[in-house]
Amino acid sequence: MYRFKHLLAYPIAMLLLIASASASDAHTIVIKKFMFNPMDVTVPAGTDVTWENQDGEPHTVVSLTNDFRSQALDEKDKFSHRFDKPGTYKYICSIHPKMVGTITVVAK
Amino acid sequence: MSDPSNPSRRGALQCMAFGGAGTLFTLSGGLLTPMTLVQAATEIPSGIPLFLQISDSHIGFNKQANPDVAGTLKETIALVNAMKTRPALTLHTGDITHLSRAAEFDTALGLMQELRGGELHTVPGEHDVTDGMGTEYFARFGKPSDNRGYYSFDHQGVHFIGLVNVMNFKPNGLGGFGDEQLAWLRTDLAGRSSSTPIVVFAHMPMWTIYESWGWGTGDAEQALSYLRRFGSVTILNGHIHQIVQKVEGNITFHTARSTAYPQPLAGQGDGPGPLTVPAGKLRRMLGITDIRLVRHHLALNDNTLA
Repeated sequence: MYRFKHLLAYPIAMLLLIASASASDAHTIVIKKFMFNPMDVTVPAGTDVTWENQDGEPHTVVSLTNDFRSQALDEKDKFSHRFDKPGTYKYICSIHPKMVGTITVVAK
Repeated sequence: MSDPSNPSRRGALQCMAFGGAGTLFTLSGGLLTPMTLVQAATEIPSGIPLFLQISDSHIGFNKQANPDVAGTLKETIALVNAMKTRPALTLHTGDITHLSRAAEFDTALGLMQELRGGELHTVPGEHDVTDGMGTEYFARFGKPSDNRGYYSFDHQGVHFIGLVNVMNFKPNGLGGFGDEQLAWLRTDLAGRSSSTPIVVFAHMPMWTIYESWGWGTGDAEQALSYLRRFGSVTILNGHIHQIVQKVEGNITFHTARSTAYPQPLAGQGDGPGPLTVPAGKLRRMLGITDIRLVRHHLALNDNTLA
């Protein structure tokens, strides 16, 4: 009986996972007080990640592997990039390289 | 200093009047000696105006800390143009613009053309090269360095070296020169006599002022190792929008004020962003540095807008 319940639960969980993934196809990272918040984000492949600068000081979003690069984002400016390929993407602000972040993209 | 209209003296007196932290250096027997402004106002002869340092004009910035950065750059230019004896060179130590935009560079260049400060030399700040390649910066200022950004030249027996420490950032790191530029610097200095006065100008401080805010240059020590044998080395930086200075052996380090807005003291607040001060106080925190040749010595003098 236990075994049967487990087998049923698995496809249901998978369905829920897929549903939640498609519901969160967009993800926002806030840039505030010289930090990317959250700093480390995990998203399913195909997600559009948007950074929004809420500091009065400009910031950039620059991939360390040359996968994406924003222009200088002034206060309230946004930058978006679509992550299609699974992998780990590290990035910094090229104006304040103390600011670092990571996007981990997992297969859908 | 017999002429009371001498702008150097006037600047010094203004600094004193407002309790500013200006200090003047003279070189004496190969050693730079700091003097208080009280001494400077009374003891230092006017000297030959050698060159001028202007920094962090941030054209394009429009926030509360200074909604009119073009206006304060104009005031700075007027201050220079009113000097009785004009400098033959002006060094801009970077962050000419705020967001590296073409229109910002054009505005800055238009204003700087009014400056009667002789030949203009520049190095980029990180705000000038946010596109990574520095396309807009190099289109306008790349020529003297053959688009490398770093270069050297001689003027009145002084060897000037412009360095770029804003295009080689590492995560969590400070500014950086990179191996190629350091190799170039080594070669540039190799054949020179140790008695040649050296002036190095670069945007980010070439010593670590505050590591947590990235106020320093990670591989500066390598550059300094090539410079230590010289009897007089003056290192002029910008970036932190306030004067910080130190003397180490024959090397004087000095950061300039901005012409746009002040920044907080190291570690005060969320980060190295614009500092909003009461309107009446702003112009006392903006300004330029003029460097004079005083009896064969270099003397630095900081001037504020008010």
